[in-house]
Amino acid sequence: MIFEPEFECMPPDELRILQLYRLKRQLRRVYERVKPYREKMEKAGVKPDDIKSLEDIKYLPFTTKDDFRENYPYGLFATDMEEIVRVHSSSGTTGKPTVVGYTKRDLETWATLTARVLAAGGVRKRDIVQIAFGYGLFTGGFGLHYGVEKLGATVIPVSSGQTKRQIMIMKDYGTTALVCTPSYALHIAETLEEMRIDPKELKLRVGLFGAEPWTESMRQEIEKRLHIDATDNYGLSEVMGPGVSGECIEAKSGLHIFEDHFYPEIINPETGKPLPEGEWGELVITTLTKEGLPLIRYRTRDITKLYREECPCGRTLIKMAKPSGRTDDMLIIRGVNIFPSQVEEALLEIEGASPHFQIVVDRKGHLDEMEVWVEASEHLFFDSMRKQKELLDRITDHLQQSLGIKVKVKLVEPKTLERTSGKAKRVIDRRDLPKYVPEKYLKN
Amino acid sequence: MKVEQISVFLENRAGRLAEVAEILGKNGINIRALSLADTTDFGILRLIVNDREKAKEVLKEAGFTVGITEVVAVEVDDEPGGLAKILTPLSEEGINVEYMYAFVEKSRNKAVLIFRFENTDKAIEVLAKNNITILDGEQVYSL
Repeated sequence: MIFEPEFECMPPDELRILQLYRLKRQLRRVYERVKPYREKMEKAGVKPDDIKSLEDIKYLPFTTKDDFRENYPYGLFATDMEEIVRVHSSSGTTGKPTVVGYTKRDLETWATLTARVLAAGGVRKRDIVQIAFGYGLFTGGFGLHYGVEKLGATVIPVSSGQTKRQIMIMKDYGTTALVCTPSYALHIAETLEEMRIDPKELKLRVGLFGAEPWTESMRQEIEKRLHIDATDNYGLSEVMGPGVSGECIEAKSGLHIFEDHFYPEIINPETGKPLPEGEWGELVITTLTKEGLPLIRYRTRDITKLYREECPCGRTLIKMAKPSGRTDDMLIIRGVNIFPSQVEEALLEIEGASPHFQIVVDRKGHLDEMEVWVEASEHLFFDSMRKQKELLDRITDHLQQSLGIKVKVKLVEPKTLERTSGKAKRVIDRRDLPKYVPEKYLKN
Repeated sequence: MKVEQISVFLENRAGRLAEVAEILGKNGINIRALSLADTTDFGILRLIVNDREKAKEVLKEAGFTVGITEVVAVEVDDEPGGLAKILTPLSEEGINVEYMYAFVEKSRNKAVLIFRFENTDKAIEVLAKNNITILDGEQVYSL
């Protein structure tokens, strides 16, 4: 089923006319209303009127996470706070989180777009959808929640965690569609096996998974173990949240980007130059309809490629490949975005000195586990076990508070952490994640 | 009245303790007393040695994290009730023992107890008041 065929199946030339119209309107708005955008455009010597075609977008300056930091919290908003009806933000107390705001109309659009994702993933009006994404500042839970209602299906807002309860609800309430991270889906499959429940006893039919990268082999495993059709969907809170793109159940290859609301580009992350369709690079997104927080050429740091092909589902929208890696050092742990610099800042806050540390990420069973290994320097070391453990607990608590996820802290002997050419190697990721080949795009 | 103790951070890896022992032995340092507190991940080794400055230096050179702490050494007769005689007055005065370990001196038929107190000065005061023999640093290092 296609939720909005008039847009999702638009002939490409008509779509381009709509995109250009919306882009120009968006540019005029941000130029008038958002000082940081106006200043950046002036510095680059471009005015909204200079953009006469979609290709001209390359003359506009990029927007990055730094712009969010510099204009924290509301500096990039294009409307008065009076018009903003909801705020979401990235996790973490360390550094400055990214804050995003939505107007009433933005929430309408968001619900429509997540309804599109759900419909593409096979959800119908009669389905009972269990959302096991966190509800709160994270965009995952609320984003898809309103999409389910918009679509007219039934939503069970369980939120994340408590796997056995999730399964009980799934069984008793007759859940037919599951929404969560792909790794959590596998964790559910494992727990079902432990509880000796045959997935065939459940009514589960489809699963829509996102918020973290996953491989094709993971899809096959999820489908086999849960007896469902599994599709990928993509979004990021800065741009909107889930609902930027989603796979169709018919093809399960590539995510259709909702181009009538987002203009995607692929750039070479080193030079910033646009790359032609079909080439791998960094995804850049311009929002075409957002009112509260419009973004012009936002660098997502996700590596993918864009391509157009005739799709059996009937959508004419461009596709993006499953995101494969990042152009920065961001880690996604159980759907939560973590930067190594956040760990460094948190450690600095607690001990007033920056110890050598290393982040070790692994998948135990199917859930991500993050350990922070800290070298026991003299000021982190006590002769008393009680004091030593108190310090460890304090570091652990503080990291968990700052990062918003569970962390295990381990003390190690000095000089035992791997260093590459004198510089500390900050992250060891042992998970099997999709990795795209061009190593040059992947720093260190 | 106080004794200096060396503490060493050890990861729970095979052979780490042996390495410490070897480094000390090679440098002619004698271990007088020792205790090891451990968790599943790491351990804290505490040592009384004859030459703590040198011990600290050679261990740090070998890459270990080393600390020096003041502890109190007490001597009692090696007979039943010896430990209680010391602990009872301490507990009556509300002195907390952070940790302790002991060894026996066969030749003199005495036991030496090493204490780490939260409040070392107060503990020494209580011990002295109860006529308990406190050994000074030099006495312990050269035992």
